[in-house]
Amino acid sequence: MQLPPALHARLAGAPGSAEPLPVERDPAARTAPFRFAPRPVRFPREHDFFEEGDVQRHLYLQDVLTQVGGAPERPRVPEFTCQVAGCCQVFDALEDYEHHYHTLHRNVCSFCKRAFPSGHLLDTHILEWHDSLFQILAERQDMYQCLVEGCTEKFRTSRDRKEHLVMRHLYPVDFRFDKPRKSRGPVMPGAAEQVLAEAPGDDGVPSEVDAMEVCSEHVEPPPAPAGERRAYSHRIPSTICFGQGASRGFKRAKKRNKHQ
Amino acid sequence: MLRGGGATVPPAGAGALRKARREQQLVSKRLLRDEALEEAEEGCVAMIFGEAEIQQFLRLAQRGTEEKEREGALVSLRRGLQRPETQQTFIRLEGSIRTLVGLLTSNQALLQLEAARCLHELSHSEQSAVVEACLPATSYLLTYLSGHSSDFIELCLYTLGNLIVESEAVRRQLLPQGIVPALAACIQSPHLTVLEALGYALSQLLQAKEAPEKIIPSASTDSSVLGSTLPQHMLQLLQPGPKLNLGVAVEFAWCLHYIICSQVNNALLITQGALSTLGLLLLDLAGAVQRTEDAGLELLACPVFRCLSNLLTEAAAEAVGGQLQLRDERVVAALFILLQFLLQKQPSLLPEGLWLLNNLTANSPSFCTSLLSLDLIEPLLHLLSVSNVVSVLVLTVLCNVAEKGPAYCQRLWPGPLLSSLLDTLAFSDTEVVGQSLELLQLLFLYQPGAAQAFLQQSGLQALQRHEEVAQLQDRVHALQQTALHG
Repeated sequence: MQLPPALHARLAGAPGSAEPLPVERDPAARTAPFRFAPRPVRFPREHDFFEEGDVQRHLYLQDVLTQVGGAPERPRVPEFTCQVAGCCQVFDALEDYEHHYHTLHRNVCSFCKRAFPSGHLLDTHILEWHDSLFQILAERQDMYQCLVEGCTEKFRTSRDRKEHLVMRHLYPVDFRFDKPRKSRGPVMPGAAEQVLAEAPGDDGVPSEVDAMEVCSEHVEPPPAPAGERRAYSHRIPSTICFGQGASRGFKRAKKRNKHQ
Repeated sequence: MLRGGGATVPPAGAGALRKARREQQLVSKRLLRDEALEEAEEGCVAMIFGEAEIQQFLRLAQRGTEEKEREGALVSLRRGLQRPETQQTFIRLEGSIRTLVGLLTSNQALLQLEAARCLHELSHSEQSAVVEACLPATSYLLTYLSGHSSDFIELCLYTLGNLIVESEAVRRQLLPQGIVPALAACIQSPHLTVLEALGYALSQLLQAKEAPEKIIPSASTDSSVLGSTLPQHMLQLLQPGPKLNLGVAVEFAWCLHYIICSQVNNALLITQGALSTLGLLLLDLAGAVQRTEDAGLELLACPVFRCLSNLLTEAAAEAVGGQLQLRDERVVAALFILLQFLLQKQPSLLPEGLWLLNNLTANSPSFCTSLLSLDLIEPLLHLLSVSNVVSVLVLTVLCNVAEKGPAYCQRLWPGPLLSSLLDTLAFSDTEVVGQSLELLQLLFLYQPGAAQAFLQQSGLQALQRHEEVAQLQDRVHALQQTALHG
């Protein structure tokens, strides 16, 4: 199939449309037995017309066809240690280090040193565990935000939130990132249900850094704070809402672990 | 990481895939394996592990004292899970998944990664029971999509993609768990590997049978793709330029195709600039095809053809005055360059390109004029020998041009058109012949001398063969009359 040489030049040229030749139809054109009429055609999902292209697509997915684009380079490097204070993990591959860093050091609560898988969960944790203003507001309105991205429901208690997570979002009952804070006072009758067991994978191994726990539940309202908690909140999270529900969608993680 | 064909799943040949598609059972999964690891493990056939061995590995991974020991146990387990037999034993072992999920959510990064790799192997299985055993992990996989570790996220995405395609039951869990918002958040990642994995997972979601009713429409509650920011991001990722990555673009072009051919709300996509983005992408593709022998460009061309063709049928594709919003004649030039490429590389995809050409030219005098002024009629005729389907489409496009009147037919004449038509009249396929008859009628009507020339080239004999064919006879007779008597 020889293409006119000027075609490539046209492709590289300026945008523009051809001035159309005059259209002049004779009604005899579409009279029986002739029936041609120009029309754009639409094919729905399952149409046989797509069979060939679909097969090509799936051959690609199954990797029978050549890869598009190469696999990225994965160099090994001389051993190095994690530079974060107190951490002495050693690595010989950058990707392993990247994952380590993001898992353990990136979304770390500066109050209690717990690490979280995402900025979103860290935000929620700080709010619910370390912000006394939150506790005060929580007495009067629904403050416990659903943990699922995009769900704007809020709840009065963390237990209500858990129920929502389980019923509405089909989350596991023992979802690891929704554990209540262990209460400090004497164990109240209701508390037993709230303190969920650690996942069996951890039994016997006390973890130096408790991973990724979120959510607090005051089993009973604390005695009047008497100013003692004010010291914790040197920053009011922007997501505290005063009446209007603030949208708490995904944010690019700001450096939360850099509290001065 | 290298995307590899499954060791557990032999890749199906094209024939098997065609059969699967006809039965609406077309399911393909991707398996991610670490190239470096593969090399290290080369020659070691993955062993089949029994219950006792699996339990041992799990125990070591959970409670081993040495970190290297714990990791090593999981690595061994992961390798074993490449075998379907080991997978079956694993899922039947009480507490095994629970332990694996515990390791997945532990605070040890490398254990997490290995646990995720184990899950990934399971997700790739052909056995539903094995795949569905992964369900307890999904809420965590989704949570981790908001993290930052690109390798880990990539792995989670491919695992999710494999799970998604497995069954509607799996999707009925993933949708309320918020997979669509999670993907919408994750699509902002700057990492190409993450984006390609995301595109893959999303394409699996959009390919689901229930997608047109339950996943795509913006009226759906938590699971709506059109209601999310995904379409805008997808279009951004398809914009041509130095940042365009082929692997990423392929995935999102297919996503867009599944959305568009579901015909839920294509007008919305048009307002978001889909036509112009895809048009520019087509130009870019044609440029790329000229520069390199790059493997895989047809994998992008195909969904782009489909998206554009279907969008062009929407009322919203027309601007005020009935003109197409997409008007740039470079699109026609690009399309022909791609048709030539396909002719050499993948002729089975020619119909898709010609479908686009039909939709561009059907109601557009401007594009029809471009075909003439850019001298594309002869290249088009060249395609007539490829296949019946292709021939019908070529003839249809020629009819699109000819039916616009004498000014157009004049430019089709003289030239190779007549002899090409005499050739197609010799075909036995009735659709090809039928379309040839339609074109002839238009030429006789609008181009003086055409009928005469036809007679002189033994056109009547060519017509005679079809005098008895039911679908053709009326038109054959009419043409015979016109030719003889004017």
